[in-house]
Amino acid sequence: MKRKSLLALALLISGSLFFAACNSEEKPTEETTGQEAAKDQPETHGTEIKPEDVTLTTPLNQEWVKTGKSTYDLKCQSCHKLTDERLVGPGWAGVTKRREPHWIMNMITNVDMMLETDPEAQKLLEQCLVRMPNQNITKDDARQILEFMRSNDGVK
Amino acid sequence: MKFNYFKTHAVLILISACLVSMQSCKPKTAQSAASGDASKTFVAPGKYDEFYNVVSGGFNGQVAVYGIPSGRLFRIIPVFSQSPESGYGFSEETKPMLNTSHGFVPWDDQHHIALSQTKGEHDGRWAFANGNNTPRIARIDLTTFRTSEILEIPNSAGNHASPFITENSEYIVAATRFSVPLDDQNGDVPINTYKQNFKGSISFISVNPTSGEMNIAFQIRTPGVNFDLSRAGKGKSHGWFFFSCYNSERANTLLEQNSAKNDKDFVIAVNWKKAEEYLKAGRAKTQSVKYAHNVYDENTHTARSTIRTEVAVLDPADCPDMLYVIPCPKSPHGTDVDPTGEYIAASGKLAASIPVFSFTKIQKAIADKAFDGEYDGIPIIKYEAALHGEVAKPGLGPLHTEFDGKGNAYTSMFVSSEIVKWRLSDLQVLDRVPTYYSVGHLSVPGGPTAKPHGKYMIAYNKITKDRYLPTGPELTQSAQLYDISGEKMKLILDFPTTGEPHYAEALPAALIQSKQRKIYKIEENTHAYVSKGEGQTKVERNGNQVHVWMTAIRSHLTPDNIEGVKVGDEVYFHITNLEQDWDVPHGFAIKGANNAEILVMPGETQSLKWVADRSGIFPFYCTDFCSALHQEMSGYLRVSPAGSNVALHFSTGTNKPAVTTEGTPVKDTLKATSKQ
Repeated sequence: MKRKSLLALALLISGSLFFAACNSEEKPTEETTGQEAAKDQPETHGTEIKPEDVTLTTPLNQEWVKTGKSTYDLKCQSCHKLTDERLVGPGWAGVTKRREPHWIMNMITNVDMMLETDPEAQKLLEQCLVRMPNQNITKDDARQILEFMRSNDGVK
Repeated sequence: MKFNYFKTHAVLILISACLVSMQSCKPKTAQSAASGDASKTFVAPGKYDEFYNVVSGGFNGQVAVYGIPSGRLFRIIPVFSQSPESGYGFSEETKPMLNTSHGFVPWDDQHHIALSQTKGEHDGRWAFANGNNTPRIARIDLTTFRTSEILEIPNSAGNHASPFITENSEYIVAATRFSVPLDDQNGDVPINTYKQNFKGSISFISVNPTSGEMNIAFQIRTPGVNFDLSRAGKGKSHGWFFFSCYNSERANTLLEQNSAKNDKDFVIAVNWKKAEEYLKAGRAKTQSVKYAHNVYDENTHTARSTIRTEVAVLDPADCPDMLYVIPCPKSPHGTDVDPTGEYIAASGKLAASIPVFSFTKIQKAIADKAFDGEYDGIPIIKYEAALHGEVAKPGLGPLHTEFDGKGNAYTSMFVSSEIVKWRLSDLQVLDRVPTYYSVGHLSVPGGPTAKPHGKYMIAYNKITKDRYLPTGPELTQSAQLYDISGEKMKLILDFPTTGEPHYAEALPAALIQSKQRKIYKIEENTHAYVSKGEGQTKVERNGNQVHVWMTAIRSHLTPDNIEGVKVGDEVYFHITNLEQDWDVPHGFAIKGANNAEILVMPGETQSLKWVADRSGIFPFYCTDFCSALHQEMSGYLRVSPAGSNVALHFSTGTNKPAVTTEGTPVKDTLKATSKQ
């Protein structure tokens, strides 16, 4: 047993010597292909939205409320109710009172960034256990959804 | 004893240390070179391969995609065969893709690949694939790696010499392996009337430069030979096509012997620019035929099959100077045009040399009328007048030739299981290397184009005996990767393949990786049964058909409780995946389905037909692990006896209050407990 392990050690040492000796010769191969796959995509990942990027006005823009609702019906409703009841994700009632406007919009358009960096978003993931999907929503779409959320929260 | 023990080990260590000093950085021995070179094929975790290799699947009817140099399998693209994994050919939307004039044909024998080209180089738009058995050509979209179109070929019986492509993707060709009586003739003839009744056909299929859609522009009627392989001319020979033929004897039995009697078979040269002129001048006859054209629409997510009934046919008797016959040693297989377009290497499977023809000499021979009689009215160019020279004693069974763009050619030798490298200019053999075993086609990335990337070569072998762990009577098919960047070819990797690989093409990953489609936009989905949001889900009865508009999103199906289906009903589940995130397909399966599952991509709608054969409860669920709550993504369908009065009902999350079988409300004990 001991004999074998010593032998193995010897081979290991000689092996690593061999490897080290040749290592200098082995230049890392140049990256010939871009490592960034699939750039020209229909799928949208927004850039970070800053607090100053969002201005809330009253009365509500009713056109935005309307388009915001149709986007909700298509892409959000499966997981978010308009009441405070949690389905897959939290219900939307009161969301505009709990969260800053830019937080909401980042959650919609930059969910990967939020789940990596934002403690509140991370807490929600622990509760819901399903990563909020990227639903391919542009910044403008997200602003309209926000208007619909405000309307849902009783803002006129 | 103890002393000895240490002594032994001291010696061992010493020896190994010596070995180290001797071995380090010395050139590799022949043995180590033949045993592969991991550093050349190693693609680190998270890194990408340099080339995509699009490989024919042979008798599995599909196309496989591998990375080069790693040999990793990325995808099996369903083309001519049904795929229970994705639902291709099983879903209502994809069934029409496999429609033919013979009805639904869910399998084919897929041999060759042609990648689209612009100005003689790969442009990374489409891959074309032939179906050999029930003659067809498919177009695969390289942004989705899915089959977009399948076109049946009339007057053909074995679409082997296909699909080969011109340098600007003007045409792909389809020449028949078996000559047969034409589709509009009475084919009920004695087989030994072959010489009178059997005809060959070459189809020229135009490719729409924008959409890629295929159309049979014209067919050329030929003598009843067997067509094997082909290549388009390029550069100076653009405008010509070269086809290898065997069975010039026109034998109809025991071809193994009877079709190899003649000392020479043919390469048929087609001047297709001339053919275009004749077509324009109205020399073509319209023939009444029947063939299917199937196109998949990415917005309706549905394929449509239409039957076409006419084809334009050019007869060489009415079209002089369109076809020429060049004699070629026994049973040529590959007829491969070099990157400059000057040389045509024709590999006679049963010949002892590789004749290389010169395009310039062929043109001169035609101008000088250096002919040696006619074959069925087609001028036979004198062999020597067309010949650049012969590669002498290359090996046994030359099959197919690829090029490296550096003036060299590589020919596979089926019988002697080797690859031979030779120089185009002086036809000298430069190197030879074994394959394991019985190599068929070769592929150099960009090899058939004007600009090959002469770095790697892949050999596709027919027999792998003893190369892999055995798996019963059937062993894996395989490919072997060679480094051809230096003077000597070096075997650097073996990798198993699916089906039986015949021809393959490879192209730089950079051409297509950034163009990959990630999702289908749900806004653009115009499927007849789409549910754009859960608000649009419903169940409707129409006679004994029940249509279910269902949505899938992490992690539930809507509706997930369905009642009121009766025995004998045909239920169509139309599943819309509401996700808009890359790599999040949902699957759908239901107990007792006689077809398959379906995989639905983000933003897509697909439909599965299911027949209620007995009453009971049938669970359905998502088959593609999609989230932590994937296992919860499921539902129930209730089937009642025919004539039952259970009303049609569907819901998700808002089910009717729980009841016992007798219909009395159940006290929700669990809820009561949790509220305490």
